[in-house]
Amino acid sequence: MTTQASQKRSRLDPEPMPRRDWLGLGSLWTMAASFLFATIGMMRLPKAAVLPSPSKKFRVALPETLAAGEPFVPPGRSVALFRDAEGVFAISTVCTHLGCIVKPSAEGFECPCHGSRFAPDGEVRKGPAPRPLPWLKVSVSGSLVTVDEGTTVPHGTKVA
Amino acid sequence: MLPATGQKDALRQFRENLRAAPQRLLESAFRGGPPRTDRSRSTFVFGNVFLHLHSVRTHRWSLRWLTTAGLGIATLAAFLITLVTGVLLMFYYKPYPDVAYQSIKDIHFVVPTGRFIRNIHRWAANVMVSAVILHMARVFYTAAYRRPREYNWLIGMGLLVVTLALSFTGYLLPWDQLAYWAITIGANIAQSPREITDALGITDYFDPGGLQRLLLLGSDTVGAEALIRFYLLHVMLLPLALAALLAVHFWRVRKDGGLARPADADEILARVRHEETYPVFTELPQKTYHLAAIVRGKTSAVGRGPENTVPSMPHLFYAELGVLMVTVVICLLLSIFWDAPLKELANPNVPENPAKAPWYFLGLQEMVSFSAFMGGIGIPAIVLFGLGLIPYLDRETGGTGHWFGGPGGWPLVRFSLIFGFSAAILIEAFAIRFGWLREWFPDIHQLVITAINPGTVLTAVYAAFSIWAMRRFNSTRAGALALFTCFLCGFVVLTVIGTWFRGPNWEFFWSPADWPVH
Repeated sequence: MTTQASQKRSRLDPEPMPRRDWLGLGSLWTMAASFLFATIGMMRLPKAAVLPSPSKKFRVALPETLAAGEPFVPPGRSVALFRDAEGVFAISTVCTHLGCIVKPSAEGFECPCHGSRFAPDGEVRKGPAPRPLPWLKVSVSGSLVTVDEGTTVPHGTKVA
Repeated sequence: MLPATGQKDALRQFRENLRAAPQRLLESAFRGGPPRTDRSRSTFVFGNVFLHLHSVRTHRWSLRWLTTAGLGIATLAAFLITLVTGVLLMFYYKPYPDVAYQSIKDIHFVVPTGRFIRNIHRWAANVMVSAVILHMARVFYTAAYRRPREYNWLIGMGLLVVTLALSFTGYLLPWDQLAYWAITIGANIAQSPREITDALGITDYFDPGGLQRLLLLGSDTVGAEALIRFYLLHVMLLPLALAALLAVHFWRVRKDGGLARPADADEILARVRHEETYPVFTELPQKTYHLAAIVRGKTSAVGRGPENTVPSMPHLFYAELGVLMVTVVICLLLSIFWDAPLKELANPNVPENPAKAPWYFLGLQEMVSFSAFMGGIGIPAIVLFGLGLIPYLDRETGGTGHWFGGPGGWPLVRFSLIFGFSAAILIEAFAIRFGWLREWFPDIHQLVITAINPGTVLTAVYAAFSIWAMRRFNSTRAGALALFTCFLCGFVVLTVIGTWFRGPNWEFFWSPADWPVH
């Protein structure tokens, strides 16, 4: 059997791979592939399919006496609501730098953590914040305002 | 049926064995006997799984106080202290946001010795961070990172990063104001590659920052998922990583030929009399070096003058025990006189003002107040990358084992200290007095600020100074000495400004007495 095989082969041809080596290498590569896929599976684990975050929409009544340019921060929310002659608008108070809560002040907003300053319309005046404070989607029905913290709208969008 | 002969003897034998059992237990545990001769001292070391990380004899140079100042062992000692106290704290700590803070209060006020144990844990972590930084500086300034120790320097970098990560994940666990806002800021630093992707307008398609934040927090808000992840990192993943790296680090110290020492170490030591140490090989050697055939490198010193080594037991081990005891005493004293900080319960709506990290991260906090991405990820990555490259770029040999060894030496380090401090203080003073690009050109593109801010300018000035030093002394080691010294200066200046001169809204104040009421 072996003599026949060697006669068919030219002496310049490489040695054929013995069956035992072929099986051994095959099982090694199979194992490597299984480890690879198992690792990919494990890497997927820390990223949840459904995030356990609370609802981003909330409804709130603005105080009757809210003056133009005066901020109203609903308790427990990181949003500042404003009402002027053109309508109602909401500006997020989460700093675009590293997520601290900015404080509304006479000149706009100031961040306690790293010193960013924002104009009353949310534009960056000073400090490390890379983007303006986003304006959030609001809808008004009677005296109630619904704010969607998950949806931003272009600056200057006011809802009557 | 059974033969009765010898029964009495067996009983007597049993009694004798019973009486001898304690002595034999000791003998079986410590086979070499008391370490009173050179040979039994050697057995004491290589017969013990823990002690045999050390060789049986230690060069006198390694035992000099000035060689290491015991900083590596102090770091290990601090780690062991945090390990023991950390396991004790796990008896009572509950990693859920609604009870975590209460469980820390319980540990502080109710659990017997709980307050003391928590204090020790906290201060030992501080001691560990300080010691690991000083240890790195020691290795750098004595040029002990050079061939064949390059790889161990990299392992050391890994240990530095894991140590900082351990202490970051640790101070998040009490779920007080510091914890909550540190998690928020840390997670947003992980997200800060968005500073670049947003500026380029590609965040919708390519968002590594968002993914990093999501993986850290397990959610898009800071809550229970984030706390349990940081807990898992703190008590399981990071300690395991640290232990694995430590094992490699110690093993490599031994395999790389012990501590680095200068070529003229023996001549320097010959000037001092060592009468209190044991002489070398008082007995005739009973064994030859069988391993000599398969171990690479230089073998036993034949025809090379006196070895200048002493038995590791007792000289090295007693020195190490001494460092361990000093570290324990420091942690105990700190814990007796100062309580570990605990702020108010986390309030997601109101950050502290100013919200300050522990001291070793205040330099970073100062830098992220210029640019989140460069300060939090960019410059630290550049510094780590540069540190890791040092042993691969510095292939010189002069000065190894000597403090500030190599071309330039102490005068260069002294000049670098002056330059490094002045540059950092001047750039900070300029930014504090005159503001930065955003205030001068409100519409400036964010990428310009990311690229050009006080942090990156300082890094560039230091790099330029280091290139000058390299050319002036025609030596890579001189460049490394200048750069490392400058970065230490920058770290100190930024940390000091962040600690003492930043007040509410991260404004500059000469003293906390000037802080406005807010």
